[in-house]
Amino acid sequence: MINLKINGLNVSVDKGTTLLEAAQSIGFPIPTLCHKEGLTPYGACRLCVMEIGEGDRAKLVTSCTYPAEEGLKVRTASRRVLRARRMIIELLLASSPQSKTIQDIAAAHNVKQQRFRQEYEDCILCGLCVRMCKEQMMAGAIGFRGRGQDRSIGTPFDIKSEVCRLCGGCLYVCPVCSLRCTYNQPDKAICGACANLSPPCVEKEPFDDMMCYMEPCVACEIK
Amino acid sequence: MNPTDIQDIVEKSKQTRGGLIGMLQDIQARYSYLPEEALSYISEHTNRSLVDIYGVATFYKSFSLTPRGKHLCSVCLGTACHVRGAPMIAEEFERQLGIKAGQTTKDKEFTLETVNCLGACALGPIVVVDGQYFSNVKTSKVKQILSETREGLDKVEVKTDERIFPVTVSCARCNHSLMDTGYLIDDNPSIRVTVSFERKHGWLRLSSLYGSYSVEAEYEIPLNEVLDFFCPHCHSELSGASECAECGAPMVPMIVRGGGIVQICSRRGCKGHLLNLGGANI
Ligand code: SF4
Ligand code: SF4
Ligand code: FES
Ligand code: FES
Repeated sequence: MINLKINGLNVSVDKGTTLLEAAQSIGFPIPTLCHKEGLTPYGACRLCVMEIGEGDRAKLVTSCTYPAEEGLKVRTASRRVLRARRMIIELLLASSPQSKTIQDIAAAHNVKQQRFRQEYEDCILCGLCVRMCKEQMMAGAIGFRGRGQDRSIGTPFDIKSEVCRLCGGCLYVCPVCSLRCTYNQPDKAICGACANLSPPCVEKEPFDDMMCYMEPCVACEIK
Repeated sequence: MNPTDIQDIVEKSKQTRGGLIGMLQDIQARYSYLPEEALSYISEHTNRSLVDIYGVATFYKSFSLTPRGKHLCSVCLGTACHVRGAPMIAEEFERQLGIKAGQTTKDKEFTLETVNCLGACALGPIVVVDGQYFSNVKTSKVKQILSETREGLDKVEVKTDERIFPVTVSCARCNHSLMDTGYLIDDNPSIRVTVSFERKHGWLRLSSLYGSYSVEAEYEIPLNEVLDFFCPHCHSELSGASECAECGAPMVPMIVRGGGIVQICSRRGCKGHLLNLGGANI
């Protein structure tokens, strides 16, 4: 067991537990976006920041990727943490203002405005869909391409993937997709899954071998 | 694309336990780009998912997914070259070739790319065409560079070049002189650099006579060892973009006083030398 202090409370957790899990296990609410149980932590959104250490050596870390250490002193809501988190929320809002998930997080933190140039990106590159596809769907159909400003999510060569099973898992986990991956805007589709579904309930045998996560049902919406 | 080539590259990499990037580099060297089928082949035969390979291939700028032209023009847009007007040079190339940076001309002759620092800042703006350095490039020179490239850049190679004369060189990064007047080789001041190999790090002195291969070093250097060269003043690595035409090892660029660049092969014992005086014979 590893003993550490979170916001002054003594906590013991198993080795390998992350700070996020430790804090959540004793009931501290930590906002997360790119973290999902069952998927490997990725540390992309930085929302789950916590402050560790003391004095001059205190620093911010992403708790979803930081393993608990013996004797560590952790603060989940210090002034520094809250400031950093507000900034991150503002940045998220600046890139994808239309996501309900992000709006909810902003509301919960009382962020009502952001001070950056407003963009209307769809993807925030959280990587949830990539991990979902690879780790849970065992498909590996979509992934990151390019880098820096040009980084994007999609299939190799932007053509319909041969390994995609059209399960819709990627759309299901996406925090901004709810708006974007709709059948009537195929050019906005990330994996081409929905565009290629060609309404499954119309053309395919009833959902025998298919798991459909899509909400709302694309097929019905189109009819 | 020839499937057996790809097969060889993949097999070789399996034997040497090489990684993905090594394979991609070999394929790129062979075809000058990464054909789609090659990536699929690697994915099928090495247990990697295509999307991961594609991710790596699109991450690094040196990989290209579209066929490249016969000649590669790299225009440096690094900070030093930038302030000396490199963006104008790049535009001039784009205008002359009728393509944008990153594209290839229709006749598949030229590929234009911009790079961030080629390690010869003191001579900027720098343009490298097929491994040849052009220094202090002006927009008025662009046309000439292109026409010379079309005709074939005539390299001044040691084998055909019988001249022997002393050169005075300086670091391509910091422009500090590399000459060591207190240490003579061939009765001339030697060129002092720092080299490292096999965890050893020490000085190396080269003859400043162009065409002479006399060297002296702090450590015994095994023949055919490829060395890393450093400037003894700014400690940056002396490395360029080109490879030795004879053995494929990286070439080490140094600035010649009076204009131009001399490049020497970094492999001990290899006689690959290249001298571009006055900005590549222009
Ligand atoms: S729909 Fe295709 S791309 Fe999306 S998670 Fe499923 S297999 Fe992966
Ligand atoms: S498409 Fe959605 S889930 Fe995938 S990285 Fe972008 S925001 Fe995240
Ligand atoms: S939840 Fe930890 S970085 Fe996104
Ligand atoms: S900035 Fe152009 S060579 Fe360094």
